[in-house]
Amino acid sequence: MASVEFRNVTKSFGDFKAVADVSFDIANGEFVCLLGPSGCGKTTSLRMMAGLETPSSGQILIGGEEVTHLHPKDRNIAMVFQDYALYPHMNLADNIAYPLKVRGEAVAKRHARAKEVADVLKIGHLMDRLPSQISGGQQQRTSLARALVYPARIYLFDEPLSNLDAKLRLEARGFLNHLQRDMGMTAVYVTHDQAEAMALATRIAVMDQGRIVQFASPIEIYRRPATTFVANFVGNPPMNLIAVEGTQADGQLRLVAEGANIGALPMTDAIGKALAAGSALTLGVRPEHLFIAEAGAANSVTAPLFANENMGPESLVTIDRGEGARVTARIFIDEHLDLGETVTLGFAPEHIHLFDHTGKRIPAAGE
Amino acid sequence: MKKISFPALFSRIAFSGLAAIIGAAFALPLVWFLFAPFNARAELGLALPDPWTLSNFATVFGNGFAMQALWNSLIQAVGGVILVGAAATLAAYALSRSSLPAKGAVTYILLLFSSVVSGTAAMVPIFLIVSAAGLMDTHIAVILTFAGGLLPTAMFILRDFIDGIPKSYEESAMVAGASPVQAFFDVALPVIRPGIVVVVVWAFVNIWGSFLIPFILLRSSQNMPAAVAIYSFYSEAGTPVVTLLAAYSLIYSLPVIGLYLFVSWKFGFRFFGGIKA
Amino acid sequence: MTTEPLAARPKKVRNFALLSNRAGGAFLLPAGLLVSVFVIFPFFWVIFVSFTNRTLLGRTALNPEFVGLANYLTLFDPATFFQRGQFGFSLILTTQFVLCSALLGQALLGLVLAWLIQTVPPAVKRMVETFVIGAWILPEVVIGFAWFAFLDRDAGTLNMLLKSVGLPPGDFLLQHPFWVIVVFNTWRGAAFSMMLFNSAFASIPPSYFQAADVAGASSFQKFRDIGLPLIRGHIVTDLILITMWTFNVFTPFLLTNGGPSYRTELVSIYNYRVAFQDFQFGKGAAVGVIMMLINLAFALVYLSIGKKKAAQS
Repeated sequence: MASVEFRNVTKSFGDFKAVADVSFDIANGEFVCLLGPSGCGKTTSLRMMAGLETPSSGQILIGGEEVTHLHPKDRNIAMVFQDYALYPHMNLADNIAYPLKVRGEAVAKRHARAKEVADVLKIGHLMDRLPSQISGGQQQRTSLARALVYPARIYLFDEPLSNLDAKLRLEARGFLNHLQRDMGMTAVYVTHDQAEAMALATRIAVMDQGRIVQFASPIEIYRRPATTFVANFVGNPPMNLIAVEGTQADGQLRLVAEGANIGALPMTDAIGKALAAGSALTLGVRPEHLFIAEAGAANSVTAPLFANENMGPESLVTIDRGEGARVTARIFIDEHLDLGETVTLGFAPEHIHLFDHTGKRIPAAGE
Repeated sequence: MKKISFPALFSRIAFSGLAAIIGAAFALPLVWFLFAPFNARAELGLALPDPWTLSNFATVFGNGFAMQALWNSLIQAVGGVILVGAAATLAAYALSRSSLPAKGAVTYILLLFSSVVSGTAAMVPIFLIVSAAGLMDTHIAVILTFAGGLLPTAMFILRDFIDGIPKSYEESAMVAGASPVQAFFDVALPVIRPGIVVVVVWAFVNIWGSFLIPFILLRSSQNMPAAVAIYSFYSEAGTPVVTLLAAYSLIYSLPVIGLYLFVSWKFGFRFFGGIKA
Repeated sequence: MTTEPLAARPKKVRNFALLSNRAGGAFLLPAGLLVSVFVIFPFFWVIFVSFTNRTLLGRTALNPEFVGLANYLTLFDPATFFQRGQFGFSLILTTQFVLCSALLGQALLGLVLAWLIQTVPPAVKRMVETFVIGAWILPEVVIGFAWFAFLDRDAGTLNMLLKSVGLPPGDFLLQHPFWVIVVFNTWRGAAFSMMLFNSAFASIPPSYFQAADVAGASSFQKFRDIGLPLIRGHIVTDLILITMWTFNVFTPFLLTNGGPSYRTELVSIYNYRVAFQDFQFGKGAAVGVIMMLINLAFALVYLSIGKKKAAQS
């Protein structure tokens, strides 16, 4: 296994900068997810690792060796494509064994190895079939088998589960998790599904518009999102973001917002600096940290009920503060609420996240 | 049972009737062809054979000149098709997959030139070129001329086809360790094959049925393809030997009919003639 | 598990593409050569020859002289322009031929046929398609011969039919040669238009027509208000294509040889006669250049429409 390093990598397509001056280090054995919305540069970054795109500037290193202009075939990597790329004219055995054929291995030996890998992935009984004759889930596993059949330094995944239905996706996700930990493979995995990234990654690189916004472990991203973008992207439902006006008085921070009652918070240097730059802050609190409270409670927000979705184990209660500003809470008790009824959602002050006027996180005391 | 109103039924019948009449009108000039080849006493008039016989075909097979002409058609068609198929596939792959500058311009110019330089207008300079090269009255001249004329359209059809093949096939092959040439032969070519079949069939039918190019570029009767042979049979002074001609024309038409049936069975109509529906 | 390491010499690429520029150039070479020699070069060569007095035989075969626009002036000479057997007559004839056979004939017939077969039973549809397409795909020499027999004065099928319904027979090739080739070419080429319009109609969602049915529209109304407007782009494409092809078509030669007395001498046939029967290459080249210029005009219109369509989508 090997490490991966990006040094000031930029990729432009004409005037459009798909990847803008990105640098990072992935250590041997890490499972890194590149997470972000469409067009954020995650797939382009992955393809540059594979050698299917060449950076406009910057260097890429695999295992400490520079590979920036190296042809994919010489990088000793494996990749699973979003559309699986199974060759329609070859049966599964030939498909899976293809990398070994390219390496000059004899037919018997490479088919035996292919069968070995296929058995582990529970498709060993389909070796004679054509890709068109097997199910989507089986195709996905065939694609994976082809990537595992030869030793590679790093494993690249381009949204490999996005074409599977929900149940299969969960199964495959669990399997990938187990596989990576078992093999200790260095994996780079592109996805737009934050749940997938949270479940699989040892570290997540959240990307937006060609840049990395935050590169940290899942729990770090969950607990201390670096910007409102990250806060809104990770978590289901995403973190509630409330626009607040901040003022300083008596060494305390006072936050004001319509229909909200927020207790004073102790001032810190970081908050002071942020206030000086702009008083329009954002307050964030996750749906799971909200509960139904009495009207006028200390830390709360009050508005008419917009929707009450009973999901089974929990209810998603959404209130509408007007102009599309809604707050959603995950409530774990059955409450009967009427549409339009005024509901107060309360939260504990330790669950407050603060972001400055640019959307950047204001570090809490002691961070 | 779906109830259908009388006016609707009437118009449905009228439409079918009209369509059938037009269809029959189209069949009319060919009706003679159903009977004449099997009629030992066939003339230009429409007549039912009495008895139905295959003797005309026997005479054709015994006619050295006629058989030689068929053989020439085959040589020219097969030669042309191999050349067009190979050259067009390679060129179309390059136009689709490489990042050569001005790829789009090349296609545009090709299409422009190929539609402009066609028919008799093109034959004057081609005649001069072929004769200057000393290739007058050879199969190779005819094959090369056909190839040159058919290539632009063939490249266009194939490039379109290859554009529709996901690049992830070749990409995954290269990530797995294959060189571009290996990827082309192992992975790309087998997937392009149906497109090549279409182009090959289209080219074959075009060359097999073509009259003008061999008419102008060939002199001696031993190199004439069937198209020119048939023309010379019925345009010469005096009455043509109808029995032979009818049977010969039918034999000559069979490969075209066969290929058309094959293609429409395999792909459905819409590919024939290179039109993408 | 051990496998041999990969190729010893790693390949460096400036900018990755599935096919390197060098390989791409090599792949293009065979086709490029053939097309250059047999399509591109002839285009320029014929222009050059049209400015000479080159012939096949005689003094000007070995030493053709540069004569400037003389050939063109001969073609457009007002004194002879309209005479039968001259270029002007041929050009006018061809224009009429294209108007009647391509626009009125093939396009209209193809449109009508395509609309009809949308709603007829599959058996009728197959029958019609078989015969119309049969007329299109059979080799042109066979078609020429078939029509030769069809139109025969004494015993041809057409005259037989006319006699059987009491109409007078005729020597159509002799008496109405122009209309013969118009009908002949329409018959030959309608299939393309029919197939084009057929697939264009078939791509209109059936629910559009069903909604019209529910509203009580007649077939003609559906055709005029739904079918026709939605395939307008295809109609234009079709018209340009078949105009180009009909302008260049040589097949009527197989039926009439340009006669009788040059009455069916289309420009393509005139070109053939001047260059390959009279062996006046210079003059023939001039005709060819004019034909190519007309083709160029059509091709540019066609390609610009194609570009516009691509830009819209």
